[in-house]
Amino acid sequence: MDKKYDNRAWFMVLPVVLLVAFSALVPLMTVVNYSVQDTFGNNVFFWAGTDWFEDVLLSDRFHDALWRQFLFSGIILAIEVPLGIAVALAMPRKGWLVPVCLVTMALPLLIPWNVVGTIWQVFARPDIGLLGYFLNNVLGMSFNYTLNPLHAWITVIVMDVWHWTSLVVLLCYAGLQSIPDAYYQAARIDGASKWAIFRHIQLPKLHRVLLIAVLLRFMDSFMIYTEPFVVTGGGPGSATTFLSIDLVKMAIGQFDLGRAAAFSIVYFLIILLVSWAFYTVMTGKTKDSQ
Amino acid sequence: MTLAWMAWTWPTAIFFLCIVAALVAMTAWEVARPQTERVGVLRIATTRGDRLFISLLGSAWIHLAWLGTTDLALWGASILSVIYALCVFRWV
Repeated sequence: MDKKYDNRAWFMVLPVVLLVAFSALVPLMTVVNYSVQDTFGNNVFFWAGTDWFEDVLLSDRFHDALWRQFLFSGIILAIEVPLGIAVALAMPRKGWLVPVCLVTMALPLLIPWNVVGTIWQVFARPDIGLLGYFLNNVLGMSFNYTLNPLHAWITVIVMDVWHWTSLVVLLCYAGLQSIPDAYYQAARIDGASKWAIFRHIQLPKLHRVLLIAVLLRFMDSFMIYTEPFVVTGGGPGSATTFLSIDLVKMAIGQFDLGRAAAFSIVYFLIILLVSWAFYTVMTGKTKDSQ
Repeated sequence: MTLAWMAWTWPTAIFFLCIVAALVAMTAWEVARPQTERVGVLRIATTRGDRLFISLLGSAWIHLAWLGTTDLALWGASILSVIYALCVFRWV
């Protein structure tokens, strides 16, 4: 049956539209206005046309930060999603252990970003941090995230995995809990292996929560600022300077509002494009399978 | 209340007015001729609103690509974007 849309329902979202207009649209418009002008402060602006955009698009600084950002998001998605599914599968489905596991899993999510950054900043320090001290003095490595770019990357990635894998776990766990027992009974009657159950029952049923998990983790990691800023400050050199860290340096550190505005618009368009592509591809597949 | 802090310029104001006009026009079109989703060359179900979004996002990227790769006047990118948008509304 063909359903007709009743678009009058859209009036119900009017309060949200007003709120978003105030908190997001007006600032976004201002950023667009900044991006075509130059200023030396005092609210005096000079027309600059599309110069800032050309400047940003052709700058090595932007390309490097963008490449680091994609690498970071790619790595953490590749780790957190499979790990999250694995942990969710290993969690108990009944009994007193369920709340214990759930609360333990939720703990990292409750810690504010800057505190997570501080925890890892101290934890990984080679002189006084438990992890850094252990690696250096017990395992005999020369681990130092303030000097070695690779070590800085490992620290930032492990920190993000520590902080956010729980989100994927909790989403997947909720997805697994919602699978009716009848599916498993049918699988048992057919003598299906554990892998077959996972491949043909659990994974397809997790499709929707995984869509949300991947989208959330992609967007969050693509906008990440506080944690790496607290741990490495974008260093050593600019090894862990991701897009938002670079953007803040440009906008607030150098007060280069025009260039920073052009930078943010390009940044925004990348997020919009990738999120749209993710969403379209993943919801498109669900439609086919129904 | 003054809007001086928003640093308005005429070109950006016209740009946003065009977006608003597009949304109003789409609403009027919708009221006049209600639609159903359809599946086009991208093999995804789209409404007119989706097609407008794809057109606008694509146009933004066409302009950026133009700025990043050529020294020609930006009008070229705008003309290309209009052609692109027409194609999106016809075939996607």
